[in-house]
Amino acid sequence: MYHIALKMLMGDRGKYLGIVMGLTFASLIMTQQPAIFLGLMARSYSFISDVGLPDIWVMDPKVQFIDDIKPMQETELYRVRGVSGVEWAMPLYKGLLKVRMADGTFQTCNVIGLDDTTLIGGPAVMLQGKLADLRRSDAVIVDIDGAEGKLAKPSAKPGAKGKPLQIGESLELNDRRGIVVGIAKVTRTFQSQPVIYTTFSRAKNYAPRERRLLSFVLVKAQKGQDLNELLRRIKQNTGLEAYTQDGFKTLTYEYFMKNTGIPINFGITIALGFIVGTAIAGQTFYNFTLENIRQFGVLKAMGAGNFTLLKMILLQAVLVGSIGYGLGVGAAALFGYSMRHSILAFKLPWQLLVFSGSGVGLICMLAAFISILKVIRLEPAIVFKG
Amino acid sequence: MTLAVRCQNLSKTYATDGQKVIALNKVNLDVNMGELMMLVGPSGCGKTTLISIIAGILNQDEGVCELFGENLLTMKSSAKLKFRAANIGFVFQAYNLLPALNAAENVSVPLIINGVKRNIAERKAREILEQVGLGERTKSLPAQLSGGQQQRVAIARALVHSPRLIVCDEPTSALDHQSGGIIMKLLKDVALHQDRVLIIVTHDARIFSYADRIAEMDDGHVVKVT
Repeated sequence: MYHIALKMLMGDRGKYLGIVMGLTFASLIMTQQPAIFLGLMARSYSFISDVGLPDIWVMDPKVQFIDDIKPMQETELYRVRGVSGVEWAMPLYKGLLKVRMADGTFQTCNVIGLDDTTLIGGPAVMLQGKLADLRRSDAVIVDIDGAEGKLAKPSAKPGAKGKPLQIGESLELNDRRGIVVGIAKVTRTFQSQPVIYTTFSRAKNYAPRERRLLSFVLVKAQKGQDLNELLRRIKQNTGLEAYTQDGFKTLTYEYFMKNTGIPINFGITIALGFIVGTAIAGQTFYNFTLENIRQFGVLKAMGAGNFTLLKMILLQAVLVGSIGYGLGVGAAALFGYSMRHSILAFKLPWQLLVFSGSGVGLICMLAAFISILKVIRLEPAIVFKG
Repeated sequence: MTLAVRCQNLSKTYATDGQKVIALNKVNLDVNMGELMMLVGPSGCGKTTLISIIAGILNQDEGVCELFGENLLTMKSSAKLKFRAANIGFVFQAYNLLPALNAAENVSVPLIINGVKRNIAERKAREILEQVGLGERTKSLPAQLSGGQQQRVAIARALVHSPRLIVCDEPTSALDHQSGGIIMKLLKDVALHQDRVLIIVTHDARIFSYADRIAEMDDGHVVKVT
């Protein structure tokens, strides 16, 4: 009976495509919007991901997320180094400083100060120059998006694209000079501000004079060291807060989830997509069953049982669901791929595919359920009615 | 003569818009094996209700209806489905062919419902279509066939699984005189034999001559059997 079900489904190409398109739309909305949401959320902790080497981040206990800097005294670095199980511990400065542009305007930049000796925490991908060039006098490395965007020299023509910042050119940070020695590729951050890397000691010179300038201590655990145990020891011995890389990502992610309207906004869009998708696909599928009700009646009169008809409808629902889901996810992936060089955030993990697949599956099951109820209640005597 | 259908005191009432409509009122009717029985009468007299009950697709409110000695009312629904699938063929006024299936696929449906494999069912379907004169149109969709050809496909579908009862609801009313004659000749020559009974509901007086017996109905009663 399955081939009959498939022929019934595909016999009317227009209606068949209508159902598939409805499900494709629902699947697209349920995949693309959450993918943008996840991409945005991933940007909230992208800096933590980029600094891949350390196992543990140590910070002031009041820190709520990566950009919530609560500076510590530099002596804390030595206290952390003294904790048993620590292989190495390096300082990291992270702060927002104003860069004076060539036209006299100011641009706020994310300045990262790396350990002078090891440069741990530096960008993984250098597009021009070398990370080691940071050891040169007044050296800074700028991220490519910043160099080509907000830090680009304004064009003489109004509205025209500015000239990208290049190696050898200088910047003015807090009345001090910085010379660009490299261009790096970094993951976009949530605020999308230009990122400027320099050494820790130079970052301290750029920053306004403060007693405390140490943002984070990056820690590598000794081989075989239990990370949770080391976290406990660091907290106990220093009174500071310590997180594993994943733990710090979660802290940041949860801060954005709890304290911004982003989840609600995207949640509403996803819910609307689900409702609209259910309405379109469900209604079309139900209408399809209604229009075929006489055919189901004929099959019933000829001896096909409710269970057989139920399996036929389920097969139809599963087929249109699978095709609609595949097309929707494919379109969402294509969208993400085509936008890979743009500012748009997009992340499509397998868990999201499971989520949207479940959503489409639910829509199909709802539509099938309503149709099945109609067919089960159908009196086969309908076939004798004109 | 072997009794194929025995109806005793059959009654059926429908509730429509809060009003009760008596469709059958203590109907008695016997149909013998090998017989072509026509149910005739004005619209709304209960003909369709009676064949629906005889075919086991509608339950009566009162009375007994036995088909080949089996009381379908007391049968379990799964047994009734199997019984219907194996023993009854249907021919409808509006043909009721599945529009997405070609002629051979449409004819094979009763066999597939009875558990016959698809390739065997379609081969048998092509043989039956040959018998009803549509051997060249096995791959045609219903929309590509004339009304008379569609009804022949419907007859082939009713015959393919060798049922003992064939019920036909106004099989010629949508056809012209010539096509109607062909259909009735087909039913009489191909469908009817000693191990089968045909019950035809009609008000097409042109085909009355094909009947072995005619049961005239009016207002829910069988008023005369001739």
